[in-house]
Formats: sequence, C-alpha cells, structure tokens
Amino acid sequence: MDLIADHISHRFGALDVLDNVSFTVSAGEVVAIVGPSGCGKSTLLSILGGLLAPSAGGASLRGAPPAGSLNPLTFVFQDFALLPWSTVEANVEFPLLHTRLSAHERRASVDDALRRTGLSDFRAAYPKQLSGGMRQRVGIARALAVRPAILLMDEPLSALDSQTRELLMEDFIGLLADGTMGAVYVTHNLEEAVRLADRIVVLSRRPGRIREIVTMPLPRSRRGETSAREQLLQLQNDLWALIRGEAVDAEREVQDA
Amino acid sequence: MLERAPAKQGPAADRGDPPRPVAFRGAGFTPSTSRHAGWIALAIILLLWQLAGSLSLVNPLFLPTPLAIGKALYQLALSGALWQHLAYSVMRIGIGWMLGTAAGITVGFAIGLSRIARSVGITFISALFPIPKIALLPLLILWLGIGEEPKIATIALGVFFSTAISVYSGVDAVPRNLIRMAQSFNVPFTTIVRCVIWPGALPSILAGFRITASVALLLVVSAEMIGAEYGIGAFVLQAGNLMQTDQLLAGVVILSLFGLAVGKLIGLLEARLLHWR
Repeated sequence: MDLIADHISHRFGALDVLDNVSFTVSAGEVVAIVGPSGCGKSTLLSILGGLLAPSAGGASLRGAPPAGSLNPLTFVFQDFALLPWSTVEANVEFPLLHTRLSAHERRASVDDALRRTGLSDFRAAYPKQLSGGMRQRVGIARALAVRPAILLMDEPLSALDSQTRELLMEDFIGLLADGTMGAVYVTHNLEEAVRLADRIVVLSRRPGRIREIVTMPLPRSRRGETSAREQLLQLQNDLWALIRGEAVDAEREVQDA
Repeated sequence: MLERAPAKQGPAADRGDPPRPVAFRGAGFTPSTSRHAGWIALAIILLLWQLAGSLSLVNPLFLPTPLAIGKALYQLALSGALWQHLAYSVMRIGIGWMLGTAAGITVGFAIGLSRIARSVGITFISALFPIPKIALLPLLILWLGIGEEPKIATIALGVFFSTAISVYSGVDAVPRNLIRMAQSFNVPFTTIVRCVIWPGALPSILAGFRITASVALLLVVSAEMIGAEYGIGAFVLQAGNLMQTDQLLAGVVILSLFGLAVGKLIGLLEARLLHWR
C-alpha cells in the first residue's frame, strides 16, 4: 500500500504552514521528513494520518493494505500518548478493543507486540513506573498490535536521552528490516534520518515546501558498517548545509515572535 | 584505548588549600505532615478547654466543657433523638446530592463534549452559579410545598452547579494528545468517552465531590434551620433557642464527624479509582 501526499497546503489562520507538498511513500519504504523548526513537519504528518484536514490538496492511499492490518496508518507519538490509568498490557490492547478480534486473538496480538518490544515482563506496570524509553516502547508495541502498513512517527525519540535514543533506533532498524512495514519518520535529527530512511524529504522554512528529496545511497542493512560511516557523515553534513541557513532564520523568527 | 587521568589530582591538592565543605542550601519548601501531631494538638486543646471549664474560667452556659458535650451526645444517642435527626439530614443530603450529582455530571459532560451545549450551558451556569442557593428556598417552598421537596431541591441545586463545573473542567483538562491517539486508531466516540475522557476527567470530578459534599452539608443545615422539625440543623437551632449549649455543640460535633466521614469516604474512593496517579 502506498501513501500519497498530493499537493498538500495548509494554513493556521493567517499563517501559511505548508505549501504544495507532494511525494509518495511506497509500500515498505521509510521516508524521513526533515527541515527547520516550524516548517510544518508534524502538521504534514497529521494531515497524512487523517488527524488534520488540509486547507488544500490531500493524502490518499493506493493499493490494498496488508492482510490482517487493523489500522494501516498508525501513529507513534513524540509524547508517547499512553493512558496513565492503564497498565502496559491494557495500553497495548486499547486500539484492539473496538475491532472484530476475539478476546483470544486480542491476547495473542498483545503478547506478540509485547514480545517484539521486550515488554513481556512489564505488562502489569503503569506508565508512571516506566522510564521514557520503556514508555516509547509501549507506544511502539501499541502500534505494532494493529499490524500497520505504514508507521507515522512524529519525532519519536526527541523526548529521550541519547543512550535510550540509540537503543530505540536499533529497535526501529530491526522492526523495519524485513520491509513489510513502511514509515514516515518526522525528525529534526539528521543522524536519525540518515540511519533509518530510504529517502529523505527536506522541507524549506515556513511555509514548508519540498526543497529536495534525497535518496539514500546505501541500503539500511549496510549503514552500520564501519566503511559506510564516512559516507553517511558526509551526507548528514550535506543535509545540514542545505537547511542550516533556514534553521538559523527560523530560530530567530521564533525568538522574535 | 581510553586514556585515563590520574585519580588523585586536582587544583586544591596542587595549591595545598584545605578543602571547605559546600554549604547546604536546599532545605525547606517540602512540608510534610506528622501522623500524630494533629491528634496531639487536638487533645491538648480539648484538655485546656476542659480545664478552663472545670476551673470556672468560662461560663458553661456559653461554652460547656468537652465532657459535658460528650455527655449530651451520649444522652441524645441513648434517647434516639440523635438518630432521628441524623436520619432526616442524611436522607435529605443523600437524595439531594445524588440528584444534583447525576444532573451535574450529565450537563458537565454535555458542555465538555458538545459545542451547542457549551455555548448555552456555560452562559446559564455563569449567570446562576453565584446565586446563594439557600436564597431560593422560599421560592422552592412556594413551588414545591413545605415538605421535603424544597429542601432536597435546594441541596440538589447547590450540588448541581459545582458538579457541572468540575465535570466540564475535568473534560477540558483531559490531554488532547490522548484523544488524538484514540482517534488515530479509529476508536469510536463512545469508547473514547468511556475509556479516555471519563478516566481522564475523574480526578477533577472526585475533587468536585469533596466540594459538593461540603455544599450539601451547608445547605441541609441552612434549609433545616429555615423550615424543618427534624434534622441536625433544626436540632441545633432549637437547642440554641433553649440555651442548651451542650446540645447545640453536640449537634455541631455531629456535623463535624459527618463531614469527616464523607471526606474519608471520598478519600477511599480516590485511592481506589485514582491509584494510577
């Protein structure tokens, strides 16, 4: 199943946020969206996921979702969005409650998602008892439980410390390795984009327009190799050079506001 | 290979200065309660009060001793009068509070979830909430007669407004990201209300219960003082008119104990329903 951003523009009142953004996320592909602060990355993701109606253009799907997918477009949120009154298990089960799955099937889906995210021993814990990294793992387990075709990830690591980020990045790479699940990965961290994405969409300063779409020269499986590091670092520097000027302007704009 | 710095080197060692401890500056601003201090303070005050009465330092007609109040309370309990008055008050509070709470929760949720209900409801609540509800009792007597109905309606009205406000404030305070999360999984509206908004608003609703329990107690006493034969409010007024200050204060003690019991009950409810906090 492909996800298509079709000439998306959006305004918040008098503020133009996005301007004519178009690209396609193919089945199993990971597309990172980067750009200066306030360029509309998260707004674009909300529009792609159907949580925000665009002022013009729209998001559409092409092709059938994978068999058994209960929620083809599934978000992983920056702030985890866990129900604080529910246990880990209940949080993961929450999106399954209204589906056609039987209690037995729900249980199996939850067990599988908890196992894949290493949370099987924490199923009875409450979110407040978990570290930030573990909470995000619950968010990922919840997303996996509905067997998504495309994960919509809104800066999923930005609220975490660098060590936890590294561990979760390894988890993401593992989860996306078999190519059955695609992702749109919004981030301001170029290193994350370079390590995870198949393509990187670079947005301009507000109103966000596509400046460039960079195709990664190396398959994800080879990016961990020592020989690839220099090439990835160069690409990261090139991306930074592309957005640095606008990032400075965007920061000053925020400070002036 | 990591290069490690020598462990015992530093500017102070180099200069030979004696080390000075860094002064602790982080004390205070974290008050904690002692489990027994409150009870000890209460016991001391009762003791001083009793001593003042026993030594005739105060006129028992105006301020009877704690022992005299306890004796009056015991006699009231023995005669059955206490239970009769208490039963009437509890019945009025119980029915009035439940009616007001049910209506308040319904209207509060409607205001929290519906644009039309919010537009209309907040205007009415803002206009009517500041009115002291006891001022409506004469009107309610005219409308509903002189039986139990106007007293119960006064309590229900007082409880309704505070409940509605705490409910819609609670609904407003539910983090929007949780609602968006549920919507992103296509969770139906009713399930979002039941599984996200209701538990999210519950802390505010239970905090509202504490307020409405006090409002109900205040209104039942006031209403009973205005027009009732039985009830703790009526009993306190009658005792005051007859200068039976020991009985009057016994009634006040009953009210205090009743308030404490309700507070404890709500505390248990909070501990059970909000254990996740």
